[in-house]
Amino acid sequence: MKTDIILAGVGGQGILSIAATIGMGALANNLHLKQAEVHGMSQRGGAVQSHFRLSSDPIASDLIPRGGCDIVLSVEPMESLRYIDFLKKDGWIITNSTPFVNIPNYPDVDEVIAKIKERKNVIILDADKIAKEIGSPRSSNIVALGAATPFIDIPFESFEEAIKLIFKKKGEKIINANIEALRAGRAVADAR
Amino acid sequence: MQKLLLLGAEAIAQGAIDGGMSGVYAYPGTPSTEITEYVQQYDLAKERNIHSQWSANEKTAMESGLGMSYAGKRAMVCMKHVGLNVAADAFINSAITGSNGGLLVTVADDPSMHSSQNEQDSRYYGKFAQIPILEPASQQEAYDMAYFGFQLSEKFNIPVMIRFTTRLAHSRAGVERKPLLDQNELVLPSNPTQFVLLPAIARKQYKGLLNSFAGFIEDSEESTFNHYYEGTDKKLGIIACGLAYNYLMENYTETELAHPVLKIGQYPMPRSKVEKLMEECDEVLILEDGYPIIEELLKGYLAKEKVHGRLDGSLPRDGELDPNLIAKALKLASEDEVTEIPQDVKDIIANRPPAMCVGCGHIDAYNALNEALSDYGLGRVFSDIGCYTLGALPPYNAINSCVDMGASITMAKGAADAGLVPAVSVIGDSTFTHSGMTGLIDAVNESSPITVMISDNFTTGMTGGQDSAALGKIEDICKGIGVDPEHIIVFTPLKKNHDQMVEIMKKELAYDGVSVIIPRRQCIQTTKNVALNERIRELNLR
Ligand SMILES: Cc1ncc(C[n+]2csc(CCOP(=O)(O)OP(=O)(O)O)c2C)c(N)n1
Ligand code: SF4
Repeated sequence: MKTDIILAGVGGQGILSIAATIGMGALANNLHLKQAEVHGMSQRGGAVQSHFRLSSDPIASDLIPRGGCDIVLSVEPMESLRYIDFLKKDGWIITNSTPFVNIPNYPDVDEVIAKIKERKNVIILDADKIAKEIGSPRSSNIVALGAATPFIDIPFESFEEAIKLIFKKKGEKIINANIEALRAGRAVADAR
Repeated sequence: MQKLLLLGAEAIAQGAIDGGMSGVYAYPGTPSTEITEYVQQYDLAKERNIHSQWSANEKTAMESGLGMSYAGKRAMVCMKHVGLNVAADAFINSAITGSNGGLLVTVADDPSMHSSQNEQDSRYYGKFAQIPILEPASQQEAYDMAYFGFQLSEKFNIPVMIRFTTRLAHSRAGVERKPLLDQNELVLPSNPTQFVLLPAIARKQYKGLLNSFAGFIEDSEESTFNHYYEGTDKKLGIIACGLAYNYLMENYTETELAHPVLKIGQYPMPRSKVEKLMEECDEVLILEDGYPIIEELLKGYLAKEKVHGRLDGSLPRDGELDPNLIAKALKLASEDEVTEIPQDVKDIIANRPPAMCVGCGHIDAYNALNEALSDYGLGRVFSDIGCYTLGALPPYNAINSCVDMGASITMAKGAADAGLVPAVSVIGDSTFTHSGMTGLIDAVNESSPITVMISDNFTTGMTGGQDSAALGKIEDICKGIGVDPEHIIVFTPLKKNHDQMVEIMKKELAYDGVSVIIPRRQCIQTTKNVALNERIRELNLR
């Protein structure tokens, strides 16, 4: 089994928490993993991505080959398109629909969504809205992750366990909020 | 033992700690910063009393590391590639003195310039210094090389370079630890003149270095970091250095790689293995995630046709490698998967460049500076490296240069010498103590008509908020250097102070001598840093 994921978003949007959660889940299931992050300059509000590779066999490259990616998981709609050259033809785009507008020339959101929908396998969810509805507006990144969990070969419980570990220092309340966020995202994917 | 999930940079830190390191010396710089931060945050390192405080710049770090090595203990010096330019004098000469306790110089290169002003390849420096170089292909190798690197250094009494790149530094994977080794006892060098590079002694030391070189090659021949994988298809042989090996193997996850492959992780090159590959293969492809240094070595001045790589267009001449580029060089690329973004999609994806944070003090300072300078005309602001460099972008368009750390003050001085008056320098607090203050002495000694704006945010912002050596010291440093105290002016860069700032700036711009203006407000990304807040209070900086 092998799953290659590109995590996409804008510096500060919580991509690294998503990566850490999948990473913990993978470790608990004895999977091999490599996860290339972007640090430094781009974290100042620039476009950021993380290449996340999971496999039952040893992994060679830290970078996913273009055309070989299984999932683009994006916390922002336009950013999901930035990496579609990496995506396989039948790969999945799972993206938040709420734009993060920190540039003057952000394109028309409807047009962006329409372009995303041209792909074969797509889940678009309003992760910001869902996160607000469950009273945890800062967990929209984990909502988005929840929607991707059916496509990642890790049992759902492992993601929940991972969240408990990662947010351990932040206390019970934050842990529960994030678990709820994960489940809410998952529900969107399941209702498809 | 359960594997640790570590960034390549962290793996180096863990390997060095487990390998008996007594101190890490470094100045922050992406992508090397996480090495030192890992040591700073690691309980075991505290227990073992391992030095990990930031140095003022890479040269002071290199020299402190050498001092620790002199005293017999194991030290690691870390920096980003351009930091080695700053440390070069100490670095090159450390190869002549040699080391006593194990000494690792760990340098993180940045091919494709993700966060840098160039993509220089530190292996050239290693070659220039004529010392062994280790180049990891994986997080595990990064760990192992730091761990065994000290032993290699002590075997030959020579500093050893670890060269790695952004991609590995910032990629996580499982790493298995080795047994924790004791630190060295304090032992002085057996030869009391080893570190005294007077010409007569230096000549002897240099001959010693030259004589060691055969030993370095022999060690490379036997190194487990260099491996010759036999192959049946000898039409082509492949040399893959460091991370490039992974990109190569990524193309053979389903099919078998039939070409002989020489994987390189330790330099100087293992000569007999290279000779074997060159002899048994018709052609050779060289994969290096950096400059074509090995390719050039093997191709030679006469450009032997048999050798392929970045120099003959088989691979791009610059930038980072990836699996696709190597597939193309090997003519493996398949056409059935879409590997380009369709034009109609490209058209709607807007660039999203990094920008200063909303509410950053640099922004208010630039807004005032732009207005204060409007009477003088454009093209006179020399800046430096830090978050404030982003002032080069719209809507500010506030600066005209960014070259190397500290260059803002000296370039402004040179331009003022040429008649560009007033000339302005914009520099950050950390950059000022890194290498701005020496230039300020030149300006003061000649009373150059420059205005130096030291935008003080109490931290090294661009690299993630590390301690700044300048904290609470800037005015005293400027006074000590000889700037007239009447022309050292501190103010708070806030929108509501805009008019006041413009007025101060206009006045200082008109002054015929060196003035230092200091917009001072904490970087908003550090407001939760408890230790820093405490220091700021103690020093009464707010
Ligand atoms: C020789 C060298 N060392 C390190 C770096 C990495 N670096 C770039 S900006 C920067 C920090 C600058 O801090 P400061 O001057 O205080 O400005 P701020 O980012 O806080 O605005 C560092 C360490 C570099 N570019 N060159
Ligand atoms: S990190 Fe700090 S110094 Fe850098 S842009 Fe943000 S607020 Fe300004």
